[in-house]
Amino acid sequence: MPEPGYVAIVLGVAIAITVTLRALPFLVKGALAGSPLLDDIGRWMPIGAVAILALYCVSRIDFGAAGHGLPELAGIAVTVGVHAWRRNAVLSILAGTAACVAVTHLV
Amino acid sequence: MTATLLESRLPAPPTDLRDAAREAGVIWAGLFTLGLGFGVLVASDGLPWWLAPVISGSLFAGSVEFLLIGMIAVSAPIAAIAVTTFLVNSRHLFYGLTFPLHRVRGRAQKAYSVFALCDEAYAMLATKDPASLSSSRILWTQAGLHGSWAVGALTGGVLGSTLLGGPGALGGLDFILTALFVVLTMDAYREHKDRVALISAAAAAALAWLVAPGSMLLVAMTAYAVSLAARHRLGRARSLRDA
Repeated sequence: MPEPGYVAIVLGVAIAITVTLRALPFLVKGALAGSPLLDDIGRWMPIGAVAILALYCVSRIDFGAAGHGLPELAGIAVTVGVHAWRRNAVLSILAGTAACVAVTHLV
Repeated sequence: MTATLLESRLPAPPTDLRDAAREAGVIWAGLFTLGLGFGVLVASDGLPWWLAPVISGSLFAGSVEFLLIGMIAVSAPIAAIAVTTFLVNSRHLFYGLTFPLHRVRGRAQKAYSVFALCDEAYAMLATKDPASLSSSRILWTQAGLHGSWAVGALTGGVLGSTLLGGPGALGGLDFILTALFVVLTMDAYREHKDRVALISAAAAAALAWLVAPGSMLLVAMTAYAVSLAARHRLGRARSLRDA
């Protein structure tokens, strides 16, 4: 068990840095208000950010593990297929996850 | 501590809670599962069980928390912990500019919304039309993510690795977040058929994966932001020329 004082300092430092990083862009936003750059960022950032988060998850698939990445690939295929078909986010996520879990237990 | 203070002030019209739960409930379940894994990790590293909910509730930054546990367990220097936190969480610098904070009413509520601005909150809320989001809908979505993560960590810490059979026992359920980001990308593309954005994002991700797989998210977001600035300048130059 590490010293409680040490844990408190670690946590305080990590919280201060994280909150600062999350708050900083809101301060910049005031200076950019009404600029065409901010309009373009608003149009392009969300789609790029979610695409990068999705690709990041794909990059973390462990192809050396027991299933050789098959559960995740099956999950992604089912998620995309169900979402293209029904356009219901919750249904697509549940179906894809169910497929991933099912294949995990099969292979 | 701050979180409970602010949560007690959350407005609670039941329809907004129900809407948030209908849309984000499955993601809350996903974060609960990840939180369980985090709690189990804390217990199996020989740290006290209460550290899991305390860290998850007060820091609420999943990927950094997993790293911090390992560093706390070996009493790593504070400077190393600060650098790690900074590097892993710098990607949040790209979120605030397009997060619909202007829809959140009240100073304390805005402060909570900024505090709880994790990847999942950004992804789910910034891809929506801001006009369709009410203040309490945003806050419930975030409080749900925050609460499930912390309660998951508490449960995992208390039950420990013996009862859950180790961090690997939940195999497959963390896929919920992968599915979330895939679905949100498809929805965002359906909204604006912006092929340039998708290709730039894919190129940024590929570049980051090749040159810095250890900090892929940060490098990819930075490269994407640079490409976005270049695209903006090109568009301006073109519209000036055509004018």
